[in-house]
Order: sequence, then structure tokens, then C-alpha cells
Amino acid sequence: MADQLARTHPLEAWLPAFAELTGAVRIDAEPFVSMAVLRAARATTGDLRIRGTALPTAPNTWAPAGDGRLIWLGPDEWLLTSPGTAPEALEEELQTLLRPVGGSAADVSAQRISLRLGGPQARQVLAKGCSIDLHPRVFTAGQSTQTALGQAAVVLLALDEDEFAVLVRSSFAGYLASWLLDASLEHADPALTS
Amino acid sequence: MQLIECPWCGPREETEFSYGGQAHVPYPEQPGELSDEQWAHYVFYRDNPKGRFAERWNHNTGCRRWFNAIRDTATYRFERVYRLDDPQPSATELAGPRRSTS
Repeated sequence: MADQLARTHPLEAWLPAFAELTGAVRIDAEPFVSMAVLRAARATTGDLRIRGTALPTAPNTWAPAGDGRLIWLGPDEWLLTSPGTAPEALEEELQTLLRPVGGSAADVSAQRISLRLGGPQARQVLAKGCSIDLHPRVFTAGQSTQTALGQAAVVLLALDEDEFAVLVRSSFAGYLASWLLDASLEHADPALTS
Repeated sequence: MQLIECPWCGPREETEFSYGGQAHVPYPEQPGELSDEQWAHYVFYRDNPKGRFAERWNHNTGCRRWFNAIRDTATYRFERVYRLDDPQPSATELAGPRRSTS
């Protein structure tokens, strides 16, 4: 009988380097999260609520929904994350909600993983890789953005003043982790760089 | 790098977008009745103006939506972006005097 395959995080190899990074920037890899993409025409989603949250209609925003987040991806497209629900159950739950209004939901849990970036210099690190206005007055908690960070397409979420989540495709995660570590080096504890 | 204003996401770097050719090329009303030559004109023949040109662009890395833009082919300046359901630009807008590059 074939051996049971153990699920490993794409950033397993980078975790020690993240842990060593002390100073004005912290990087963490978040554990696996279930994600589903929701598609529905705007006209049909008027009072539709996903886990108590209305679908965000303003571009580049996200809202907390249940134990996860509901993220605007396009005028008729959203991403729902949920750490506590199995991917199949999440898809089923959303399809039940969206089918009556002609929408659809698809499980995309395997597509992206989430990195957590924090610390007083986190904005400086992100600003090195994209042209988004990351000023604390503009990119406030509740804002999100889809852009290229370095060479990787990411979804960037502002969680708090100094706290960001970066959703990146699993196959690009290693590249982005190296890029973030390199970009964070100048803000790291001097003992690390010497 | 030039920033292009996506009608949904806002200003993003040019490398996030891809070009989709001339905008407002109508699909033939009676495709079955077209001759080969007329098909070739529909499929391959496009305007190539020096100056303002209405084009289709796609925001690949962001919202992945198509939109239209009026771009000056001589200066590469984006004059205006608009959504697919917005009205077509008038002939006078496309023919208007170009802004200088300076």
C-alpha cells in the first residue's frame, strides 16, 4: 500500500528564516485556510449576506465574515476565506446561497497561501515591490489590493495599522518569501546582517 | 514606469496590463454571408492611426477585467479610460488636437 502523503506547507523551508527575523519587520506563514471564489452579478446580490456580511461593493476592500474574510476581487467576484471550515463544506455552503440568485462558488483553497507581514517598517518593505499608495492614511484597515509584489501577483490586505496579509499563489510563495526576506534585511536586527 | 488607471482598481503599473487591440470593432451582423475577403477584413484589418486610438486593455494582475482606453500612439499617453458599458468616444474626441509630449 502506498504511504500516506503528509501535507506540508509550501513555506516549510522558510519558517526558520522567518523566525530569525527580529526587528522592525516580522514575517509569518499562516496555516492553510479554506478559500472559495464567489461569482454573482451585482444586480442579483442586493441583500445577500455571506456569514452575516454583505458583499463588499467598493473596489479594493475586504470585510470580516465569520471566522474569515470576504475580499473584493472584481465587480462580480469575491474571495471568502475561512480557517475553520473544510474546503468542500465551504463550497457547498456558498453554492446553496448563490444558486438561487444565479451565482456560483468554487473551492480555490489550493490556489493561494497567506503570509502575515507586521511591524512598524512593514509598509516600507511592501513599498519596495509595488506602486500602490501605502500611506497609512490611504491604505487603512479594511483596504485590499490586487497587484504585483516583486514579480508575483498577490492580494494584499491591510488588517491593522502595522499588520498585513499577503495572499500569493502557492507556486510563487517560495519566490515571494525570498523576496520579502531580502527586502526586510535592512530593517532587521543588526546582529542578523553582520 | 507608467501607471495605467484601471477603471476598477485604480492606478497600477503598466506591466500588470495586457493589450487587446482596437476597441469597438463590431462583430458582423450576418457572419454567414461574408466572403473570405470580408472575413479577412474583420479578423485582421485594424486602424493604425498616429494620435488618439481607442483600444482594449486587460488588467491581468489585478481584477482581470477588460476595459477601454484612449491612448495617443505617438506619445503613449493614456488620455482616458472607460468601462466596456460606457458610451463610445466621439469621432471629434479621437480626432482632437494632441497634447504635446513636453
